[in-house]
Amino acid sequence: MSEPRSNRAGLFEEVAVIQGKPSDQVSIHRDPDDLWDDARVIVNIGPTHPAMHGALRMVAKLNGETIEKSYCEFGYTHRAKEKLGENRTYHNFIVYTDRLNYCSALINNVTYAMAVEKLMGIEVPTRCTWIRMVCCELARVIDHLICVGINAVDLGAFSFFLYGFHQREEAYTLIEKLCGARLTTSYTRIGGLMHDAPEGWEKEVKDWVKRTRKVIDEMDSLLTGNRIWHQRTKGVGVFNREQCLQYSWSGPNARAAGIDRDLRRDQPVMFYKDVEFDVPVAQNGDVFDRYSVRLEEIRQSLNIIAQCCDKVKPGPVWAEDKRIRIPDKEVVHNTMEGLIHHFKFFMTGFDVPAGEAYTTFEAANGELGFYIVSKGGPRAHRMRIRGPSVWHFQGLTPMCQGSKVADMVAALGSINIIAGELDR
Amino acid sequence: MAKDGSSGFLTTRLDAFINWGRKNAMWPLPFGTSCCGIEMMATLCSDYDMARFGAEAVRFSPRQADLLIVAGIINAKMAPVLRNVYDQMSDPKWVMSFGACASSGGIFNVYSVTQGIDTVIPVDVYVPGCPPAPEGVLHALLRLQDRVARGDTLAQKREAALKRAHQTMRG
Amino acid sequence: MNGGWFLEKWGSAWNEQVEKFKARFGADCEEVRMPGAYPTDVPILYVKKARIVEALQFLKSEPGFEYDFLADLTATDEEVEPRFEIVYNLRSITRHWRIRVKCRCAESESVPTAIPVWPAANWAEREVWDMYGVKFEGHPDLRRILMDERWEGHPLRKDYPLKGYQLFPTPMSAHPELLQD
Repeated sequence: MSEPRSNRAGLFEEVAVIQGKPSDQVSIHRDPDDLWDDARVIVNIGPTHPAMHGALRMVAKLNGETIEKSYCEFGYTHRAKEKLGENRTYHNFIVYTDRLNYCSALINNVTYAMAVEKLMGIEVPTRCTWIRMVCCELARVIDHLICVGINAVDLGAFSFFLYGFHQREEAYTLIEKLCGARLTTSYTRIGGLMHDAPEGWEKEVKDWVKRTRKVIDEMDSLLTGNRIWHQRTKGVGVFNREQCLQYSWSGPNARAAGIDRDLRRDQPVMFYKDVEFDVPVAQNGDVFDRYSVRLEEIRQSLNIIAQCCDKVKPGPVWAEDKRIRIPDKEVVHNTMEGLIHHFKFFMTGFDVPAGEAYTTFEAANGELGFYIVSKGGPRAHRMRIRGPSVWHFQGLTPMCQGSKVADMVAALGSINIIAGELDR
Repeated sequence: MAKDGSSGFLTTRLDAFINWGRKNAMWPLPFGTSCCGIEMMATLCSDYDMARFGAEAVRFSPRQADLLIVAGIINAKMAPVLRNVYDQMSDPKWVMSFGACASSGGIFNVYSVTQGIDTVIPVDVYVPGCPPAPEGVLHALLRLQDRVARGDTLAQKREAALKRAHQTMRG
Repeated sequence: MNGGWFLEKWGSAWNEQVEKFKARFGADCEEVRMPGAYPTDVPILYVKKARIVEALQFLKSEPGFEYDFLADLTATDEEVEPRFEIVYNLRSITRHWRIRVKCRCAESESVPTAIPVWPAANWAEREVWDMYGVKFEGHPDLRRILMDERWEGHPLRKDYPLKGYQLFPTPMSAHPELLQD
């Protein structure tokens, strides 16, 4: 199943059945004027095609339904976030990180905050870290729900998508309670959080985890054993271990191909070493494996959320560092010094010492990295964002060589390309 | 013929009836490019359910749609594509500019981003927010429906002007 | 910046690696910046442009290094000649450690492509060309990637204005010639 299913081979097998011979002895006499041999057509798929999520474009040379050769293009939602990173202060840039991978904006917020904190050498308090971990895993669940849901919609399984989306709406209600926004959260600050989680939030999250576990089991039983789903996904869009390494794939897509790497486990960031979770790994690297890895990861993330909610204790959420501490509103409204501090903080920003760091974290899609070069001053000299989607999308062309257009749609849905972090 | 150029009681009633039909059966073309596209999906999905307002028949072909929902950022590379899609839609057509990026460029006042899609295509209704909450989108849809019922949208005004011009030419 | 857990965990391994690397490349390894002495999280190896591909291949395949994952490829604009620095962030899937390789490049020069070592470098190099205007020798398809192909200027250069708009009347066309056998 894993080798490319070329049109030509299928034709010979069909004729073999008709002629009653083994397929290597079949001879097909073609009329030289027959268009069949030369029925190649160049098709432009996207950037507004419904199957090309967001605004991606593929130009493919088709032989019948088979993609013989193709190339991909992107940049249709380029928003110059890297240039903005050099023109905005470190504090102002937080809002732009939301719009990277907008399905899991909280992870981007947290990673960016970690990157700047690493440059400044700031340690955040325990409660802040635990809440950040809950946020990350909440965002990961949402991202995976969208990915598997949309992938299923692309292949015609609409009700599966509705189950996931309802649960996602409930998660958004939780995030709304946390920071007032659904999608673009901007919840973290450098060295802290926008504000503490509301009272009783942890308990609500735990209730949500319980409900979601049931829904995930339901979704699992709805689709995973479905024979049509198997036929549409198994052996489709195969990208093996070597190819994954060559094309710098990371995250669930690489784990589906047998690369047992998860930065949460392998790099000791935050308190991930204090919680128990498994890293699901599959071997085939096809659409089905990516789907099942994501589904299993949702379960693991729910476990992590439940553990974090148990461990989070009341306490401060801000690092005690005068440089980055946003003054409390009470101080700002009542004292002159507070007002000046507030004004200086938001107008000029704080200085980050010179240096450079490449900070990574396991985002929902893979290795999300911020490579920040600072030359001192309130603005970065270089703000490079390594979005995993760029590298995944690059693998689509070799992956789809020789497959059908419909399989390309399945493969594209399964690698979860997010236009925001693809184009930046 | 009446003073304002409209032609009599019967056709006015007929127009109102047609507008009523148009208003309650909008077929959107979701032109979702970025973050707003996700919120648009949420609006179309079961929890908010745009079908309650007669706008659930999503069509990805511009020939079959009459409401273009531009959800997300349009940059210099995308703007001509958007114009192409708009030109392919058949009249009367309406445009909803969904979110801050599409309406004004939002927080992205940079080299690549078109500062508002109204520099490329005419827009009937703007939805503020980054991204707008689904309730906001439904509100915008209802306001657009009101305007369609009154015949107060750009496409309908264009249509009426054309009709008047034809009548004048016929004498 | 303090070295953090990176330095505690891999400090000794890095020292060995840097010694071996220096011994192999001699004067072509222009400069080494180690965490602790320089505010960086991982060691930075500056390699001369002519031997950059060899250095990357060495880091990828040599036992004891095994940097088999190209985490990132980008550039920075330093505004003084040599103007650009091409940055390769490497990571080892097997050993978990990370390192950074840089190579300096003047505005008029070009850099050899890293595609033979990492096919993944293809789009990243196109992006560097698009954003900085650094050419890569031997790149099979050096077109603009994020911006429209008719775009003028390279936006991430420091002298490019933040708001330098350009608008085009027609969509970008396809390239059938890329699909020839």
